[in-house]
Amino acid sequence: MKRLNDLEYLRLDKGRAFLYNVVMFFCAIPGFFGGAILKLLRLCKKGVTAIGKEIADIVRTFVRGNWAVRLSFVIFGFGNFYYGQPLRGALFLLFELVFCAYMLVPGGARHWLGLAFKETSLLARSGFEWLVKSNFLQTGQTVGDVPPREEIVQGLLGSTTVTVYGDDSVKVLLYALLSIFFIIAFIYTWRLQIRQCRICMDITAKGKKVRSGKQDLASLVDDQFHKTMLALPLVGILTFTVLPIIYMVLIAFTSYDAAHDGYANLFSWVGLHNFNQLFNFGQGGLGLAFGEILAWTLMWSFFATFTNYFLGMFVAIMINKKGIKIKKFWRTVLVMTIAIPQFVSLLYVSRLFDDSGVLGKLLINGVNTLVDWNVLPDSMTLAANFSLWDGEWTAKILLIVLNIWIGIPYIMLMATGILMNIPTDLYESSRIDGANTFQQYARITLPYMLFVTGPYLLTSFVGNLNNFNVIYLLTGGGPNNGIAGGVSVGHTDLLITWLYRMTIESPKAEYYTASIIGIMVFLVVAILSLIVYNVIPSTKNEEDFK
Amino acid sequence: MKQIRTKKPHTSLLGAKASRRLGNAIIYLLLTVITVVWLFPFFGIVLESFRVESGAQVGYLWPKQFGADNYIRLLRETDFLRWFINTGIMGVATAILQTVFVLSMSYTLSRLRFKGRRGLMNFMLILGMFPGFLTLILIYKVFVDLGLTANMAPLGLIIVYCASSGMGYYVAKGFFDTIPKSLDEAARVDGATRLQVFYKVIMPLSKPIVIYTVLMGFMAPWGDFMLANYLIHENSRGMSVAVGMFEWLSRANMNEKYTLFCAAGVIVSIPVVSVFLLLQRYYVEGVTGGAVKG
Repeated sequence: MKRLNDLEYLRLDKGRAFLYNVVMFFCAIPGFFGGAILKLLRLCKKGVTAIGKEIADIVRTFVRGNWAVRLSFVIFGFGNFYYGQPLRGALFLLFELVFCAYMLVPGGARHWLGLAFKETSLLARSGFEWLVKSNFLQTGQTVGDVPPREEIVQGLLGSTTVTVYGDDSVKVLLYALLSIFFIIAFIYTWRLQIRQCRICMDITAKGKKVRSGKQDLASLVDDQFHKTMLALPLVGILTFTVLPIIYMVLIAFTSYDAAHDGYANLFSWVGLHNFNQLFNFGQGGLGLAFGEILAWTLMWSFFATFTNYFLGMFVAIMINKKGIKIKKFWRTVLVMTIAIPQFVSLLYVSRLFDDSGVLGKLLINGVNTLVDWNVLPDSMTLAANFSLWDGEWTAKILLIVLNIWIGIPYIMLMATGILMNIPTDLYESSRIDGANTFQQYARITLPYMLFVTGPYLLTSFVGNLNNFNVIYLLTGGGPNNGIAGGVSVGHTDLLITWLYRMTIESPKAEYYTASIIGIMVFLVVAILSLIVYNVIPSTKNEEDFK
Repeated sequence: MKQIRTKKPHTSLLGAKASRRLGNAIIYLLLTVITVVWLFPFFGIVLESFRVESGAQVGYLWPKQFGADNYIRLLRETDFLRWFINTGIMGVATAILQTVFVLSMSYTLSRLRFKGRRGLMNFMLILGMFPGFLTLILIYKVFVDLGLTANMAPLGLIIVYCASSGMGYYVAKGFFDTIPKSLDEAARVDGATRLQVFYKVIMPLSKPIVIYTVLMGFMAPWGDFMLANYLIHENSRGMSVAVGMFEWLSRANMNEKYTLFCAAGVIVSIPVVSVFLLLQRYYVEGVTGGAVKG
């Protein structure tokens, strides 16, 4: 289909214009991916050139530098000491010492620090040993090399067998990963202090003075204030998010589960075997279960987001209409749902719809009474233990309806804020033109809201994709729909709840499957975000509206 | 936007005033229905918490016999008080620590310019797309070794809630973005360091966002079930209210402890709701501001 120019486009009628947009969207997809690949290639090229430059700079520094600079290629911070920056020099040197102690001293550190810590497994081996022990990413090898063994102990009452545990794969892998982190940090620091030597060299060559330690410290609350501010949060994120996530991605390539817990039974590297399982649609594979759950997850997310969005906006418009009194009261009623902890309200509501719950009973009695009065056919008679949660579709619909109860207050608050920002002259001029309330809504309010809340819709869609609380607390994933991944698959399971139950409820605890599902969740979210950010107008040009 | 087609002027059978009144009446009706629907569970839980005759679900709301028995049982027979204190401690600690983390992160990203700022923001955006609790598989293992589970689980949970909280900087950054840059510049010209700009110029203007962040931090442990359930297994003394009360509604316990759950739910809701309603204004500012700026 050929691209139309503006004039031709405006001449199309509505249906065709829409069709044209849809076709254009799909036509743009190959171009989009092509562009992305090109971008990636350019980035690679950039990276290679940058590395080349760095190496050239290092070599040049070595050639030009005096003996002190050359020495600091081996002893960290020596150049800094030489040029009168003892504080920086000392920090670099300290880092090198710690690195060597961790990476190189086999078991030695245990003797120095063993007194301070009871648990000395970290110090029992050097970092390099951990790395070698883990057989890092070598398919078919175990993580750790000392399996537990049975030993016969002679006691007073005869001999007993005692299990002596060897390596714990979980820890071996963790320490190996730490070693890799450490090595990367080491290379980075090495480069950093060489560059500092070069800078010192340049400054002294010009006859100026280098910065003193005092100035360095002072700059931490001034020029370098961002370093002070970011230090704490970044250390937190690095240790409690980045490290564990990389660890969990690595787990996807191992056989870590309850049977191979790394302690009583070492786990091993299995390469891409687990990923093959995910796309295995036959018996024992995860393919079918994954596909079903993914489909429901997307469906749920779609309905949950849009029902909330439009109904919430509707409620906000009602409350904010001129002439409606006690606005604050109506708002507070809704805000109550946000204030009450979700596990209280959701758990309570879920039990209300049980077969013996108040609303569940009401439903059974109501329907049965209608059957008695011959309003409904006999086939609709409900059993005494009927519960909406037991049917696949009744449970799904009930979830979406209850989610409206949870979600509307948030949208209402947000919409209230935005509605107040819509210029009132738009409404006034439209009224003069003879527009009625509905037309005003469709032509002014809705487009404005959609424009402003574009990014919010995306966040909320992704939020619903991972809406653990609503699903887990209301249905716990049920009703049951077979078994896969060592855990029962529920009809209302989202990827995230399935994943959760896999790690905590299932006796098989297939961590590797959980890890793969986690990676898949990431991919789904990332792809969605990428597409949406390229389609939504308000992310591109903020002044576009009107 | 396209122009709205002109139609014949608005006429109806009723006069303009009467029709507006009818419209308002319908809206009042709808709002009343909404109020009833939204408040129904809360009335329900309060009523059921005072029911004496049976601890199970009975299929009717209005108790045949009113009494505070459930509340007394709650304090005498269960560890509820301890869970409540645990959660309270976690709430206060999280409120303080998380505020420090979130504010320093968001302030830096919003008002300081440094190399790698954009990259850092993108990195955190991508990092946030991973399901967060996956990290708990490893963290749990490590915490078991460090003794931060079971009885000490509240401490472990505080660490989990706060350590990565810097990644939730969006709302606070949106707020800082709105404070005019000229204020910083004026102070810098007068010789203030960036630290002084932060706590002498910007912080006094940031009361709403500080309160919002504190409120969010305080509420987090009360509402969190997912992470807490992961770190707290079976050990009754270290539990938070969410995990403990979840157990009461399991199939095995529900016939005895259903009304206990209701009573506990009421007690848990009181501090949270009162703090929330008190600071509602700041919450609303945070939600609307954050959403619009994306």
